[in-house]
Amino acid sequence: MGQLASALVTMILGVLACAAYFYGSNALLDWLFPGKNRPAEQIARNLRIANRIRPWLFVGPAVLVLTFYLFYPVIDSFILSFHGRTGEEFVGLANYQWLFGSDEFYESFRNNMLWLIVVPTAATFFGLVIASMTDRIWWGNIAKSLIFMPMAISFIGASVIWKFIYDYRSGDDPQIGLLNALVVFFGGEPQAWITIPFWNNFFLMVILVWIQTGFAMVILSAALRGIPDETIEAAVLDGANGVQIFFKIMVPQIWGTIAVVWTTITILVLKVFDIVLAMTNGQWGTQVLANQMFDWMFRGGGDFGRGAVIAIVIMVLVVPIMVWNIKRANAEMEGR
Amino acid sequence: MVTSKKGSALTLVMHASVLFLVILWTIPTAGLFISSIRDKDQLSVSGWWTALATSEQRLVERALDPTHQQFEDGRWVIKGNLLPESDGEIVRFGVSSLEPEAYAVGELVDRKDKQIQVFANGDYTISSDQEMSGRRGDRIFFTAEIPPRFTLDNYREVLSSEGLGQSFINSLTVTIPATIIPILIAAFAAYALAWMKFPGRALLIAGVVGLLVVPLQMSLIPLLKTYNLVGEFFGVGSKTYVGIWLAHTGFGLPLAVYLLRNYIAGLPGEIIESARVDGASDFDIFRKIILPLSFPALASFAIFQFLWVWNDLLVAMVFLGNNEEHLVLTGRLRELLGSRGGNWEILTASAFITIIVPLCVFFGLQRYLVRGLLAGSVK
Repeated sequence: MGQLASALVTMILGVLACAAYFYGSNALLDWLFPGKNRPAEQIARNLRIANRIRPWLFVGPAVLVLTFYLFYPVIDSFILSFHGRTGEEFVGLANYQWLFGSDEFYESFRNNMLWLIVVPTAATFFGLVIASMTDRIWWGNIAKSLIFMPMAISFIGASVIWKFIYDYRSGDDPQIGLLNALVVFFGGEPQAWITIPFWNNFFLMVILVWIQTGFAMVILSAALRGIPDETIEAAVLDGANGVQIFFKIMVPQIWGTIAVVWTTITILVLKVFDIVLAMTNGQWGTQVLANQMFDWMFRGGGDFGRGAVIAIVIMVLVVPIMVWNIKRANAEMEGR
Repeated sequence: MVTSKKGSALTLVMHASVLFLVILWTIPTAGLFISSIRDKDQLSVSGWWTALATSEQRLVERALDPTHQQFEDGRWVIKGNLLPESDGEIVRFGVSSLEPEAYAVGELVDRKDKQIQVFANGDYTISSDQEMSGRRGDRIFFTAEIPPRFTLDNYREVLSSEGLGQSFINSLTVTIPATIIPILIAAFAAYALAWMKFPGRALLIAGVVGLLVVPLQMSLIPLLKTYNLVGEFFGVGSKTYVGIWLAHTGFGLPLAVYLLRNYIAGLPGEIIESARVDGASDFDIFRKIILPLSFPALASFAIFQFLWVWNDLLVAMVFLGNNEEHLVLTGRLRELLGSRGGNWEILTASAFITIIVPLCVFFGLQRYLVRGLLAGSVK
C-alpha cells in the first residue's frame, strides 16, 4: 500500500510539474515580451516574437519525448545493427550475413508472412460479416459488445484462456481442454495441438483473430451505417438480392475503411510477441520475428547487434504502410 | 433493414448465426471464469462444461491410524469418514491400488486379518479380533460421486501465496501515471499543431503520423542502453518506475497527439477566433475552451492508454525487469505459465484477476472507447 501511496504522490508531482512547466513557461514569455501597457510599436513587436516562440513551448515536451523515445532509437538501432554484441565494436555487415544465413530467421520470416496473410484477412472478414448482420437484429448491440470484449484482454491473458482450450491429457484421462473434448466426443484422437509443427501456427493465430475481430467489427459497422440509404434502395428497386447488395453495393463503398482496418491489424501482427512467447516461446516451429528479437536481446547476456538487425527487418516491413499513412494524412489536410 | 421484409426464414438464419458467433467468442472467457471458481480437485479431472454435473472421482485416503482403535463388543474397531467435508456418495471401493474399484459399498472385505467395510456416505469401519498395530492407517481407494463445488479458494491462494496481490499494486503503480502524463503533454502539442501557425508544423504532423506505426521493437535496444547509462550515472539501476512511465509516455504519445489533434482541429474555429479577438492568450484559450471541449477525446485516449499499459508485457519486461517485487500482473502470469503450467486452478484464477480491471473499464466506458477507435481510424 505504501508503494501505491508513493506512486500517487509521484503522479501528482509529475502532473503538477507538467502543469507548472506549461503555466510557468507561458508566464515567463508574457513577462519577457509584454503585450500590454507599452507603446503600440513595442507591443506589436513583442506579440510577433511571443507568437513565434509560444508554439514551441506547447509542442516542446512532446517533440522531446518523441525524439528521445522513438526517432533517435530508430537511427540508433540502424547504427547498432552494424555493431557487435555489446554495441561497441564495428562489425560491418556481419550481423546481416548472420541473419540471412540462419535457418531460424527463415522460419520466423515465413511464420510472420503467414500471420500477415491470415490474421488481418480473417479478422477483417469476420468483422465485416458480423457488422453487417448485427446491424439488422434488435439485440445487435449486445452481440457486438460481447464480440468486442476480447479487445480488453491482454495477449498474455488471452494466451492462458486459449492454452486452456488446447489443453491435452495423454492416455484415457478425461480431456479438460474444450477442443480435445470435442474431438473425443466426435470420436477423434486427442492431440497436443500447439506442438504439431506448421499447423500450430494457425492455432496461435486464432488467438489474435479472436482479439482483433471486435476492432474490425466496430469500425466497419460505423462505415456500413454511413452508406447512404438511396444507393441501397436503388439496388432493391433494380431487383438485387441481399448478397448482391452486400458485395456489389455496400462493400465497394467502404473499401477505404476496409483498407484502414486491414493495415492497422497488419501493423499489430508484425509486432506480435506476447502470444508466441506465452504459448510456445518459438518452439515447434512457431518462432516469429518479434519474439526472436526479444530472445536475442537477452540470450546469453544479450546480443544488441543481432537484436537490432531483427528490429530493422520488422521496421522495413512497416515502411510501406507508414508511407501510405503519411500520404493519406497529407491528402486529408489539404482537403480541409 | 433491407432483408427484414423478405420472409422470416432469412431473419431466423441471421439470428442463429449471430448467436453462434457470439457463443463462439464468449465461450473461451466463460470457460476460464467458471474454471477459476471450481474446486481444484474437480477442475483437474473434468471439463468446466461439466461444472454443474456431479463428478465421479477416483480418490484415495488413508484411514485413521491404529492409535484411534477402540474395543467394542469383543473386537478392536477403527471408525472414520472418507468424505468429511462433502456430501458426496461413494459407489465402489478397494483396498489395493491394483483394484481400486473391487467392491461395492457395504461389502465386508477381508484384508489380512482385518475386515474393512465402507458405506455410501463415506463412513468406514476397520475391525479385527486382535489389537491392531502399525504406525499408519490402511489406504482405502474409492470412487465417489461428488456434487459440484464452487469456491473462492483459488483466488485466495493466488492473491496471497502466488504474489498476485503485490503484482496488482505494481500494475496500478505503472498504469496510472503512464496514462495521465502523456495526455497532458499531448493535449498541448495537439492544440499547437491544430490551431497555431508556425514553420515546420506540417512536417511535425507528418512525423507524428509516421511514428504512429514505428514498431516498439526498434526502440528497445537503444533505450535499454541509454537507461543502463543513466541508471549507472545516478546509481539507481536501470529498472525504475519513472523509467517505465516515461517509456510508456513515449510509446503512447504519437497516438495521443494524432487523436487529439484530429479532434481539436475539428472544433469550431469561430470560438477560438473570437476569444483571440477578446485578447485571450493561447494558454487561456487552451485551458478554458479547448480542454473542456475535448473531454470526449481525452477520455478515449485515456482508455486506450490504460488498456495498453495494463495489458503490456514487453515494455514491463524490458524496462521494469523480472524480479519478484517489480513484476506486474502480465509478467506474473507469464511466470506462472512457466512454473505452474499444469495447475489450472492457479492459472485460471490468476488470468481472471489480470483481466478483470480492463474488462470493467471496457464495459463501463465502451462508448468512449468506440468513439476513440472511430476517430483514430476512419477519417
